[in-house]
Amino acid sequence: MKKVYAKEEVCVGCRLCEVHCIVAHSEYPNDIIKAFKKGNRPVARVLVEENKPVSFALQCRHCEDAPCTKSCITGAMQRNSETGIVYNQEERCVGCWTCILACPFGAIRRDESGKKAASKCDLCSSNDEVPACVANCPNEALSFEER
Amino acid sequence: MNFNMAVPEFLIERKKERCIDCKVCITQCANECHSFDIDEGRVVSDETACVNCQRCVVFCPTRALSVVNNPQQYKNNANWTAFDINTIYKQAATGGILLTGMGTDRNYPIYWDHLLLNASQVTNPSIDPLREPMELKTFLGRKPEKLVVKDGKLAEKLPPQLELEVPIMFSAMSFGSISLNAHKSLARAAEEVGTFYNTGEGGLHRDLYGYGNNTIVQVASGRFGVHQEYLNAGKAIEIKIGQGAKPGIGGHLPGEKVGLEVSLTRMIPQGSDAISPAPHHDIYSIEDLRQLIFSLKEATNYEKPVSVKIAAVHNVAAIASGIARAGADIIAIDGFKGGTGATPLRTRDSVGIPVELALAAVDSRLREEGIRNQVSLVVGGTVRNSSDIVKAIALGADAVYIATSALLALGCHLCQKCYTGKCNWGIATQNPNLIKRLNPDIGAKRAANLLKAWAHEIKELLGGMGINALESLRGNRLMLRGIGLSQKELEILGVVHAGE
Repeated sequence: MKKVYAKEEVCVGCRLCEVHCIVAHSEYPNDIIKAFKKGNRPVARVLVEENKPVSFALQCRHCEDAPCTKSCITGAMQRNSETGIVYNQEERCVGCWTCILACPFGAIRRDESGKKAASKCDLCSSNDEVPACVANCPNEALSFEER
Repeated sequence: MNFNMAVPEFLIERKKERCIDCKVCITQCANECHSFDIDEGRVVSDETACVNCQRCVVFCPTRALSVVNNPQQYKNNANWTAFDINTIYKQAATGGILLTGMGTDRNYPIYWDHLLLNASQVTNPSIDPLREPMELKTFLGRKPEKLVVKDGKLAEKLPPQLELEVPIMFSAMSFGSISLNAHKSLARAAEEVGTFYNTGEGGLHRDLYGYGNNTIVQVASGRFGVHQEYLNAGKAIEIKIGQGAKPGIGGHLPGEKVGLEVSLTRMIPQGSDAISPAPHHDIYSIEDLRQLIFSLKEATNYEKPVSVKIAAVHNVAAIASGIARAGADIIAIDGFKGGTGATPLRTRDSVGIPVELALAAVDSRLREEGIRNQVSLVVGGTVRNSSDIVKAIALGADAVYIATSALLALGCHLCQKCYTGKCNWGIATQNPNLIKRLNPDIGAKRAANLLKAWAHEIKELLGGMGINALESLRGNRLMLRGIGLSQKELEILGVVHAGE
């Protein structure tokens, strides 16, 4: 499956990926200003890890044998067997954070902006295009590809 | 004392209704102009250190930022501009020489803009480059006095030539003054388009030896990184006598920019200033220059053309004649508007002459002396676009060198602060946090795009003149007319006024 990969050597640590992730998963996916200034602002599902000069954007690796899906106490965290995307059904998530404990990459975050729920990269699965973080990286430090 | 008498040059304007406090500007400013105010819970800016490089402006996702000239002015004075006043405040505070980067920004005449090109109408047909073949191929190097053909082949071997698909090369910029990623970008672009980049005086990083077929290696007065392997790594060798941004003085790379890689490449200790002597200490005459030219030819088995680069100065025509007679294959002339990574401001702004006049004078002189075939002429120093190139070729150049244009293609915003090593665009820096900002994949693509776009435009302009090969335009000053020039300027340029 296509996944998002980081090119650490050209990541400039600007965190525009985080900004555009927030926008893409907000109530106003086409308006950055409204996404930030109105309603509940979600947390970014991609996180720039930085220890200068090293920096890179980290997000869910969509593991085949995802520990988060196994640890989920309600079955909210699932892996789509067709697309391979690991996603969280927010309406079933109870916010126990067991998945956060289980994730070996630290790629799941707590989102308490609305309903308390685990938040993680869904590869922008609501639309069919290149994920927002990849599309908006100014230095092509993220790629969306099959490897 | 932190007190500064100068008024900040710029203002950073942050539109509150647009700013989303995402802190992208904070991450991108190496001058630390932006910060997050925890008490106020918002991002704030302080313009004191702003250099107007526009990194934050371009990166701001909501276009909330703009950097503008500070409307706060000193009292109006026709004699004492803010620029004059600020330089005095700075020198009074520091007691030092004023440094700057890139080419001069003073309002000197641009002769390219006073030259107009011809086009075919009725009496001779223009050519459509989309339908008919057009030739931009250029050979640089010494051309024989005559060609002897035997059995359909050349009887004598031609002196070594550089073969260019476009008459444009990337001018010398050293590894040290610019980043390795910038060098990589230019090397790859040169390879893709079929032209050359020039290493500058800082040696050749080991990662770039693979681009040797598109490399000109430079030997300057500091002789940094010069060794047998280096001399043989490229297709040509260039002796740098001078450059347009600082005629009469040598390069200066501050020790802060000499990290491990630069140190290994230049063969100097880490952290040491790399100060090139003003002259080559073994060149005090044309005869001495001849010795170095032939030493280099000897070292490379007479397989590579040797170029000599000089700054355009008052006696440029006589000097060029001497260089041709000294055995150079190519003469590169750098006009006084040429850029640099670091130069004393007063030298940059007031030493040298315009490259257009120098080119015309040199070409005329070499023709008069009957030695024009012995050297190719390459000119640089504010070649801004394809029509500048066409005009340069018509004035007598064989090819042009571009550097500022190339850096602009890589993202440079001409803030002229290269000498600080804090280039926010990742070009003129060795800071490991900043060099990542120039992705060589993107840089190579953009630099190659620029050359390709200009090649298309050159073909269009040639076609309009009814010329299908660049060779037919070389030195063809009948294709030029002057506009708004004095009789003396026209005379030096060797063109007649528009309407004549």
